[in-house]
Amino acid sequence: MNARCEYLLRLGDDALILGQQLGLWTGHGPVLEEDIALTNIGLDQIGQARAWLTLAGRFEGKGRDEDQLAYFRSPAEFRNAQLCERPNGHFGDTIARQFLFDAYATELHAGLCQSEDSDIAAIARKSAKESAYHFRHSRAWMIRLGDGTEESHHRIQQSLNEILPYAGDLFHTDAVAASAASEGWGIDPSSLRDPWNSHVEEMLKESGLMRPESTSERTGGRIGQHGEQLSQLLEEMQVLPRTYPKAEW
Amino acid sequence: MEKKNWPLWEIFIRSRQGLSHRHVGSLHAADAAMAVENARDVYTRRQEGASIWVVPASAITASSPDEKSVLFDPADDKVYRHPTFYDLPDEIKHM
Amino acid sequence: MEMDLLHRFEAYIASDKKIEPKDWMPDAYRKTLIRQISQHAHSEIVGMLPEGSWISRAPSLKRKAILMAKVQDEAGHGLYLYSACETLGVQRDDTIEDLHSGKAKYSSIFNYPTLNWADIGAIGWLVDGAAIMNQVPLCKCSYGPYARAMVRVCKEESFHQRQGFQIMMTMAGGTEEQKEMAQDALNRWWWPSLMMFGPPDDDSPNSAQSMAWNIKRFTNDELRQKFVDLTVPQAELLGLTVPDPNLRWNEETGHYEIGEIDWSEFKRVISGDGPCNKERIETRRKAWDDGAWVREAAVAHSQKRADRRASTDTAAA
Repeated sequence: MNARCEYLLRLGDDALILGQQLGLWTGHGPVLEEDIALTNIGLDQIGQARAWLTLAGRFEGKGRDEDQLAYFRSPAEFRNAQLCERPNGHFGDTIARQFLFDAYATELHAGLCQSEDSDIAAIARKSAKESAYHFRHSRAWMIRLGDGTEESHHRIQQSLNEILPYAGDLFHTDAVAASAASEGWGIDPSSLRDPWNSHVEEMLKESGLMRPESTSERTGGRIGQHGEQLSQLLEEMQVLPRTYPKAEW
Repeated sequence: MEKKNWPLWEIFIRSRQGLSHRHVGSLHAADAAMAVENARDVYTRRQEGASIWVVPASAITASSPDEKSVLFDPADDKVYRHPTFYDLPDEIKHM
Repeated sequence: MEMDLLHRFEAYIASDKKIEPKDWMPDAYRKTLIRQISQHAHSEIVGMLPEGSWISRAPSLKRKAILMAKVQDEAGHGLYLYSACETLGVQRDDTIEDLHSGKAKYSSIFNYPTLNWADIGAIGWLVDGAAIMNQVPLCKCSYGPYARAMVRVCKEESFHQRQGFQIMMTMAGGTEEQKEMAQDALNRWWWPSLMMFGPPDDDSPNSAQSMAWNIKRFTNDELRQKFVDLTVPQAELLGLTVPDPNLRWNEETGHYEIGEIDWSEFKRVISGDGPCNKERIETRRKAWDDGAWVREAAVAHSQKRADRRASTDTAAA
């Protein structure tokens, strides 16, 4: 498989899995306004997923479109960061997951705007605006919950402790990442760790939350290693096209 | 447990440059920043907005309908404030 | 004084002028509006659930995005309506409490389950179709904030019915299994959709007063007939069969005649004994209860921040 396709699958799968999970919040948010906000973010993620996967399919060269890539790959073929497949949990869990991702995505998309591949740059330009907004939203909630009540502080600290080790995949570097950077159409995600870290530090300062004691990072998502959650998530997501493969929808 | 409702905000949106802000409705938010974000999500899902104002509903003082005649009727007889009051020859097309 | 006010109110209604929040209005008018608008708002919110459960299983990414946007719109519509209701002097949180306690009603159509993907099509086509038919006249209702909310809702809702009909077209023209799903969905949603217009005119206690107040512009039966006349040819176009053996075209009147609606079912479902009443309310209540700590945290943070700002200001002074 070529590097560009692989790289784009990583971008697309992150967005797809997050979008799928955020969609589960529709109708179940803590307040009507927030229900609408979470769905908006989920919609953006699905939109980004469609764009990245369509492009990935083109580089793959087997004639697969966004839906064939989304619905007919098995868990081991998914390239999303393990962070994205962590369960929604309560509102704080979802926000912490989204915050860590948004802090990375806003840097990633800003960087990809400079891509020498004009398709990648175009998708990145649109995504950059969206992820900047998502970041603003999740950051504000990290601060609200961290600063809010004793209960919310405790809960969101717990969420952060649990999710932080899963951020490792976001900065995973390998031959694919290296050629992305050297060929100028992508960026090596390991270069995003420092700016990401300062976003996290700033949030911690404002929210009064603590950085959990460092535990070893969980990685493997970029090479198809996932937790149980992903196979359940995909089973649900893929059920119709897999049950009726001849149907069009 | 004490009930803590989020305050109500009135939302005004400028739909594009050159127009004034218009009242579009209200929503609930814990603070002003959240009100702006919520307004963006609730009232501009179809690119309706270029600028948003949020105002705590409690900060608005409204005139009473009983004063309507006192406040607005005096303008009734000032027809000379309206352009159609002035008859001009047909040759003058734009004025 | 009271007589003057009533006189003015009636004059406004008679001349088709809008009543605005701070205008004097009879208590019964206010109560009727609060009941109707809050029921309408609840219907939007509960209505998110039967469709929302298919977001995760939408069969293509495009359909997933459309469905999310649509269900999100419903949240928005609920919000516009709760806002309109608040102009009448009731707090949204109290209104929502009435929903959770079972005191407030909502459209009973949402107490039916969604069993296959074609249900998403049928809901858009039939349920939204019926809703639009009910709502368009409300854009001209006598209460300003309600009328304005409905203008917004109707504008946004036009894509809802179209996306539903498109799903039905795809399914009805698809594989054998898809066609069966489409027919099955029509079978299950047809009668409940007709019930959405409310009881027949001779058994609709509040209708006359609402018509007199210009809250309602057409009777239940008038709107139902309009819906049937419009929808039956659409079903034919889809190649599906309307599940009513007594359905026939009346050349003389230029209208379709339908069989007997099972009003005992309507009454059963509306009084709480439908297939999904309990789980719908429980789901709503759970979302609300689970979110309590989040709502409290936001208020606490905002308060703390205001306090901090005040103390910095004092220190600076």
